[in-house]
Amino acid sequence: MKTSDSSDDIAADGPFVSPREVVADRPVRRRPAGPKYGDRLFILLSRGAASLVVVLLGGVLVALALGALPAFREFGPGFIWEDRWSPAKDVFGAAAPIYGTLVTSVIAMVIAVPLSFGIAIFLTELCPASLRRPIGIAIELLAGIPSIIYGLWGFFVLAPIMQSTIQPVLIGTLGNLPGIGVLFKGAPYGVGMLTAGVVLAIMALPFITAVTRDVFATVPAMLRESAYGVGMTTWEVVRYIVIPYCRTGLVGGIMLGLGRALGETMAVTFVIGNSHRIAASLMAPATTISASIANEFTEATTPLYTASLIALGLILSVITFLVLGLAKWMIQRSGVH
Amino acid sequence: MSLLSRRRWTSRIVMFLSMIATAFGLLILAAILWTLLSRGITAISPELFYLDTPPPGVAGGLANALYGSAVMTLLALVIAAPLGVMAGTALAEFAGTSRIADAAGFLNDVLLSAPSIVIGLFVYTAMVVPMGHFSAWAGAASLVIIALPVIVRTTQDMLQLVPGTLREAAVALGTPRWRIVVSVIWRAASNGLVTGILLAYARVAGETAPLLFTALSNQYWNSNLDAPMASLPVVIFQFAMSPYDDWQRLAWAGALIITLTILVINIGARALGTSKH
Repeated sequence: MKTSDSSDDIAADGPFVSPREVVADRPVRRRPAGPKYGDRLFILLSRGAASLVVVLLGGVLVALALGALPAFREFGPGFIWEDRWSPAKDVFGAAAPIYGTLVTSVIAMVIAVPLSFGIAIFLTELCPASLRRPIGIAIELLAGIPSIIYGLWGFFVLAPIMQSTIQPVLIGTLGNLPGIGVLFKGAPYGVGMLTAGVVLAIMALPFITAVTRDVFATVPAMLRESAYGVGMTTWEVVRYIVIPYCRTGLVGGIMLGLGRALGETMAVTFVIGNSHRIAASLMAPATTISASIANEFTEATTPLYTASLIALGLILSVITFLVLGLAKWMIQRSGVH
Repeated sequence: MSLLSRRRWTSRIVMFLSMIATAFGLLILAAILWTLLSRGITAISPELFYLDTPPPGVAGGLANALYGSAVMTLLALVIAAPLGVMAGTALAEFAGTSRIADAAGFLNDVLLSAPSIVIGLFVYTAMVVPMGHFSAWAGAASLVIIALPVIVRTTQDMLQLVPGTLREAAVALGTPRWRIVVSVIWRAASNGLVTGILLAYARVAGETAPLLFTALSNQYWNSNLDAPMASLPVVIFQFAMSPYDDWQRLAWAGALIITLTILVINIGARALGTSKH
C-alpha cells in the first residue's frame, strides 16, 4: 500500500513538470568539476548572441541620439513643433514630417482595421476548411511583397486611379460637408496623404489579419458553442463573445499594424508627394519622417541638415519602439505567444 | 419573428461584408502581381543578366545590381544565420524562467518590426561615418540587423515544437547539453531552422531603405566590398523615379524578378516549415 502511494506521487508529479523546465533547471553548476567546459562555452556563446539583439536595439537609440545632438542643440525641443524646413536657410523643424506620418498612419488604420477584421472573421467563421489555408497564405503573401514594389504599384497604378476616379468623387461628396469637408477639398493630385494611407493600409492588412486570426483562435470552443447553443447568430457570436474575449489581443494587433505603418519608408516615398507643408486637405502632397530621410539624406549638404534628418529618425524610432512594445505586450497578454 | 429575421439578416450582411473584405485582399494581391507581370515580362531579356546598368538611352541590363544584391544578402545571411540560430537557441533552451531572456525575446520582436530606414541611419552613423565612405560592408551590416530578429524568432518557435521527450531521452543517456542541442534538437528542428533562414532571405532581398545610405549604389560592376555597390532594390528605386522610358522598363523587369523570387522562397519556406507537422 505504501509503495503504491509513493509511486502514485511520482506519477502525479511527472506530467506537471514541463520537459523544458527539466532541461532548464538541470543544475549544471552544482555538478562536481568535470569536463563541462563545452556546455559552459556553448551556453555562453548562445546567450551572447541573444544579448546582441538587446545591444543592437540600445545601440540604435544611442547612435541616433548622438547623431541628432547638433540639431537639438541648435533648435532645442522646439525642433519637434517647428514647421519650417528650409535647407537653404539651415532652419529645420519636424512638425510637417511628424504630421504626415501620423495622418497617413491614421488613414491606414481606418481602412485596414475593418478589412482585417472582416478577413479574420471570414477565415475563422465562414470559410470552408479546405480553402482556409490557401486563402490565409495568399493574404500573408501580401506581407512578403517588398515595400518598394508597393511604391511602384502605388505610384504607377493606384495614384492615377485615385486622381481620375476616387478623389474627384470624394471632393464632390464629402468635400461639401461642413466640418470634415475641409479634409476633402482642393485639387486631386493623385499623390498625397490619402494615397499613401491607402498603400499603408494594404501593407498593414496582413499583419493585423494574422494577429486577429491568432487571437480569435484563443477563444475556447466551449464558449463559442454555448453561444451558438443559446441561439446566437454568427455575427452575434463574434460581436458578443469572440471580440470581448480577445479585446486586448485585437488592440495589440492594431498597434502592430500601426507600428508598421508609422515606419514604412519606400512605399510612402513614392506616393506621398514630398512637400514639407502642412495642408488641411488629405489629398495634398505632404511628407513623412521616413520619406524625408529617404529622399534627402544623401543630398544633405550641411552638418546641421544631416543632424536634423537623424533627429527625425530618432523621433521615429522612439515612437515606433513604444507602439511596437505596447503591441507585443498586449498580444502576449492575450495568450498568443 | 421580425426580431429573429432582423438578427439573421444583420448576421448575413456582416458575413457578406467579410467575404467582400477577403475578396478585396485577394484582388489586391492579384492586381499587384498582374501589374508586375504585364509590365515586367516584356522587359525581361538575356541582356538583363550580363549588361550593367546603363546611362539613359543606351542598351543595358541589371547584371551589376543582381550581383550586388546577391553578394550583400548572402554575406548578411552568412553572418546572421549562426548568430540568429544561437540566440534563438538561448531563448528556447537555456532561458528557463529568467527575466533577461523574456526581455531579450520581447526586444527581439520590437527589432523585428523596427522601421528599416532607422536601421540604415544607425549603420550610417555607426559604420559609414567612422569608415569615411559608403561600402558593401555597411550595406550587408544593415541587412544583418534586419535578418537577425527574423531568424531568432523562427528558431525560437521551431525549437519549442521539438517534443520534450527527445530532450529527456538524451539527458537520460548522459549527453552533455551542447551535444543535446546540436545533435538532437537542431537535427529534429532542421527544417524549421532552414525555414527561418529562408524567411530572413525573403525579408532582406527586397529591402531598399537601409541600403540607400550604407551601400549607396554604383553604376558599374564592383566586386570590392569596401566600395559602394549597386543592389536591385536601390536601382529599381532610382530607375522607376526617373523620367526615362528605358530606365523605367529596367525597373519593372527588376521588380518582377525580385517579387517572384521572394514569393517563391516564401512559399517554399512555409512548405518546408510545416512539412513535418
